[in-house]
Amino acid sequence: MSQALDEVKIGGLGASRKRVEDERFIRGRGNYTDDITLPGMLHMEILRSPVAHARIRSIDVSRAWEIPGVRLVLTGEMLASRNLAWMPTLSYDTQAVLATDKVRFQGQEVACVIADDPYIAKDACEAIEVDYEQLPVIVNPAQAVAPDAPVIRDDKENQPDNVIFTWEVGDRAGTDRAFEQADVISRLRLHYPRSHPSPIECCGSIADFNRATSKLTVYMTTQAPHIIRAAVAMVAELPEHMIRIVSPDIGGGFGNKVPVYPGYVCSILASILLERPVKWIEDKSGNLISTGFARDMYLDGEMALRRDGKILGVRIHADSDHGAFFSDAQPSKFKIGLLHSTFACYDVPAAHLTARGTYSNKAPGGVAYRCSFRVTEAMFFQERMIQAAATDLGMDQAAFRRMNFVPDDAFPHRTPFGFLLDSGQYAKCLDVGLKAIGYDDFRARQEEARQRGRLLGLGISTMTEPLGAGNSREFDILGIKMFDSAELKVHMTGKAILRTGAKTQGQGHETTWAQIVAHELGIPADDVVVEEGDTDTAPFGMGTYASRSTPVAGAAVAMVSRKIRAKARKLAAHLLEVSEEDVEWELGRFYVRSAPDRGVTIQECALAAYSNMPDGMEPGLENTAYYDPPNLTWPFAVYIVTVEVDPETGVWDVTNMVAVDDCGVRINPMIVEGQIMGGLTEAYAMANMQFITFDAEGNCIGSNYMDYLLPSAWETPGFELHSEVVTPSPHHPIGAKGIGECAAVGGPAAFVNAVLDAISHLGVRNIDMPLLPDRVWEAITYRRDVSGAPPVRSDD
Amino acid sequence: MYPSRFRYEAPRSLDEAVALLAGAGDDAKVLAGGQSLIPLMKLRFAAPGLLVDINNIPGLDYHREDADGTLRIGALARHADLERSDILRARQPTMAQASAVIADPIVRNRGTLVGSLCHADPQGDWASVVTALGGQVVARGPGGQRTIPMTDFVLGPFQNALGPAEVAVEAVIPAPRGARSGGYLKLERRVGDFATVGVAVAIETTGEMVTRAGIALTGVGGATINAAQAASALVGKPLTGQTIARAADLAAQEARPRTDHRGSAEYKRHMVRTFVVRILARSQGGDTGERAA
Ligand SMILES: Cc1cc2nc3c(=O)[nH]c(=O)nc-3n(C[C@H](O)[C@H](O)[C@H](O)COP(=O)(O)OP(=O)(O)OC[C@H]3O[C@@H](n4cnc5c(N)ncnc54)[C@H](O)[C@@H]3O)c2cc1C
Repeated sequence: MSQALDEVKIGGLGASRKRVEDERFIRGRGNYTDDITLPGMLHMEILRSPVAHARIRSIDVSRAWEIPGVRLVLTGEMLASRNLAWMPTLSYDTQAVLATDKVRFQGQEVACVIADDPYIAKDACEAIEVDYEQLPVIVNPAQAVAPDAPVIRDDKENQPDNVIFTWEVGDRAGTDRAFEQADVISRLRLHYPRSHPSPIECCGSIADFNRATSKLTVYMTTQAPHIIRAAVAMVAELPEHMIRIVSPDIGGGFGNKVPVYPGYVCSILASILLERPVKWIEDKSGNLISTGFARDMYLDGEMALRRDGKILGVRIHADSDHGAFFSDAQPSKFKIGLLHSTFACYDVPAAHLTARGTYSNKAPGGVAYRCSFRVTEAMFFQERMIQAAATDLGMDQAAFRRMNFVPDDAFPHRTPFGFLLDSGQYAKCLDVGLKAIGYDDFRARQEEARQRGRLLGLGISTMTEPLGAGNSREFDILGIKMFDSAELKVHMTGKAILRTGAKTQGQGHETTWAQIVAHELGIPADDVVVEEGDTDTAPFGMGTYASRSTPVAGAAVAMVSRKIRAKARKLAAHLLEVSEEDVEWELGRFYVRSAPDRGVTIQECALAAYSNMPDGMEPGLENTAYYDPPNLTWPFAVYIVTVEVDPETGVWDVTNMVAVDDCGVRINPMIVEGQIMGGLTEAYAMANMQFITFDAEGNCIGSNYMDYLLPSAWETPGFELHSEVVTPSPHHPIGAKGIGECAAVGGPAAFVNAVLDAISHLGVRNIDMPLLPDRVWEAITYRRDVSGAPPVRSDD
Repeated sequence: MYPSRFRYEAPRSLDEAVALLAGAGDDAKVLAGGQSLIPLMKLRFAAPGLLVDINNIPGLDYHREDADGTLRIGALARHADLERSDILRARQPTMAQASAVIADPIVRNRGTLVGSLCHADPQGDWASVVTALGGQVVARGPGGQRTIPMTDFVLGPFQNALGPAEVAVEAVIPAPRGARSGGYLKLERRVGDFATVGVAVAIETTGEMVTRAGIALTGVGGATINAAQAASALVGKPLTGQTIARAADLAAQEARPRTDHRGSAEYKRHMVRTFVVRILARSQGGDTGERAA
């Protein structure tokens, strides 16, 4: 009698298997773009605009050309002659590759130098003389729509002003009726400051055009290699099969490495012109000031409430600042991402959302920084509004939420904005969190502390978010549907290689995908190697961002494994000399139903696929699956924070943080916990210290790591994680939901709510992020709200 | 981040270093810990033609107390050496506290106290500490050695009193004449951040009476601020709630903060006041202030 396999031992579902990729990362043996050196390789540097808005009177590159070792100087004019000065964005706009007419933000790409080494290239950039005629600058939506505002995009026809789009969703009339019936209307105006995904590795590329083969190979830092291949084919007008995009190891992406950047395009053009490999590696300031930012949104929110606490309706208007080019990386149908996922976990009868996007003299981007397209703003606004509404009603923060949650028996539940929630147990999660933080006696402790002049606060954030874009009915980028793929090749010895259309950047795909194969086939995870990121070998996929890998590519891995198992079953029947119907499956083994001792392992089936297949069967054990998810997955999270605020300095410390995440089935619990801790750290950063802002001249404050603050181990608080509640996704093949972003999405409001709770007795309703000590002090001292972006350097 | 082209020399003696500097006119820079100079060069805010690296010169990594209690800190004593120093922990509360809040542990392993004084960054912590302690800088140049009081050493933001061919060889903290107390408090947004506000207080007391006081401020002006009026308000009096409040108010008035993304001018002034009170209240309580707040 053979022993059934122990799934955890073979590294299947639920195994906290150590990350296989860490072996090379920890030993310094990763292979990042900048580690790649090709024979004859040249180096490219970018000259960026020092000013935010100016007409270019002239560019003089003659002194740059004189420097020995300079091979090429590219300007917008040269690109224009090849019709390459502008490129399409992922949001149906255009973006300058190198400036021709005007510069529109500080840090915009103006010229490139390609030289024998990067030092020479930098010297030559400094030798380029650009004559700028400065223009008035716009740094926020209010300025953008002012009557006499300069038009930033005067390059575009039919663009008389700075408005990019207006958009609305929901039921306006029904929402108006809800507000007419309300006992209490709660209002809040909020700002979510501009932030930057700020991966430690900046962007870069090595373009290698080979005239002899006509093939262009580009090694680059991209989260979505296949999309880039299509984009390069369109922009550079090269045949798609002659383009190979390779995304090697990536030092973090967080959404920053989804778009196409001018540096990539210029390195490709330079390689084609010079017929030599051209390497471009961006520096940190270049990354922070010019590549895809996130957030930067103002919100007016209103809630219609019944006296007893029932939410009757929600009305939201968002003003979003997209910078100089509308290049948000998001599904085409949704102009403001999935902002309308707001309030999804609450049973809201009527809701209406309007949004307006405007241009400004700031870097473009609007990328989904650790979030599914504006979901971070959606959930932050939601949870800040919920806290304000409970306060306005004089209700307990937890009771108000519990009363309005979508109940367990209501799934699938349609939200007023049209999303369909798959599953959840919200109240149960909240109870776990409240118990862990010691909610029952917190108010008494808070009151007692206040008597002694100490300020304690507790903040709750509860939310569900849409992860796993997405079903092809609704989700596409530039028309390409957002499915994903997996290809599995089982070798004759039972070892296997798996490739997907996703691209890991820290998520641990090399570890977790193998675990899904182990779960489906009983092949030990250690016997499965995972490869991603090379468009010549990987099946077509939309890449990794927006927590979509497990919901989409991960599902494809399960589905391709099932296809393999179906063929293996035929092989097993052949080997066991019984009919297929008489064959049963247990992990890693087929057996005869009537004689369970008679069986063959999956490895024996693999060998047979190459050596002993039945007549008429195609040899081999390989397959590919494309997965179009029927719906999004909706994980739920509860984050609760307690803080102590120093009334004299405004400094606040986190005393406790509890996180309860229900993300369905956890493939690798250790990796899931790592994702949650990473997200909570970023949430803490947003709430506490992090922002990019601009002064009146459009100078970017936050252009380096002295000003753009990433929290380190020293200040990051400890987190207590809970995984007791597991509600599988009913439509995902293994019941998993996305998790990569939940904590970064839901976390910020918990911190902010906690600080505001500590000082609520002073009548303060809002402090906008980040809650720097001086802003908290101002709120305490003057008993007033502190709103908007932090003030910037003023030269007295 | 590619600096301009430069020459690099690594002399083995101070004389050799001075000669190299003298031969290069204004175009040379001393390289100590490199924690300020190298970033500036990588950003091309500084582009010296010659770097004179003093790290190979033996005998400069000391900090020691003379028999009379004078403290000497050599040009290659790192922040981390001072952070781990028993001498400072036992007898220099202001310095001990400052040494633990400068930059982060990685920077502290390389950066030097003397280099920080030379750099004269208005947000540098050591300049305030050494100013409050009434310290001096000893410089060696082609013409020999001279001692410059800290109050004359910083001329303005990123400007010191050294001649182009002078090397700062050590910082000197005079021996106390009474019981020493005080401290350094710094408000930073995260570890490794420069000060939003930093306050250095050093006092000496005989019996109840304050016999010497120094207060200096970081990050609240175009250069390190020597809050002389605040300090002199303490001298000749015992520490009481009243004298402490008076000194704190004066220090807040002497600050010249600007509103920026780290905080409003009003808030920074308020923090100067708060920190002066917090440090002195601890001294008043008889605490020599070994632990930072
Ligand atoms: C991330 C980071 C965070 C930091 N945070 C802080 C902080 O919070 N507080 C703080 O005070 N500092 C901070 N610093 C600066 C740090 O303390 C530096 O070490 C210090 O300012 C300079 O010392 P250095 O030895 O590194 O000098 P270097 O960088 O080598 O030199 C600095 C300047 O001083 C000159 N110089 C150095 N030594 C001599 C000498 N012996 N004679 C003549 N000229 C000399 C150099 O020519 C140069 O102009 C930080 C630095 C970094 C990189």
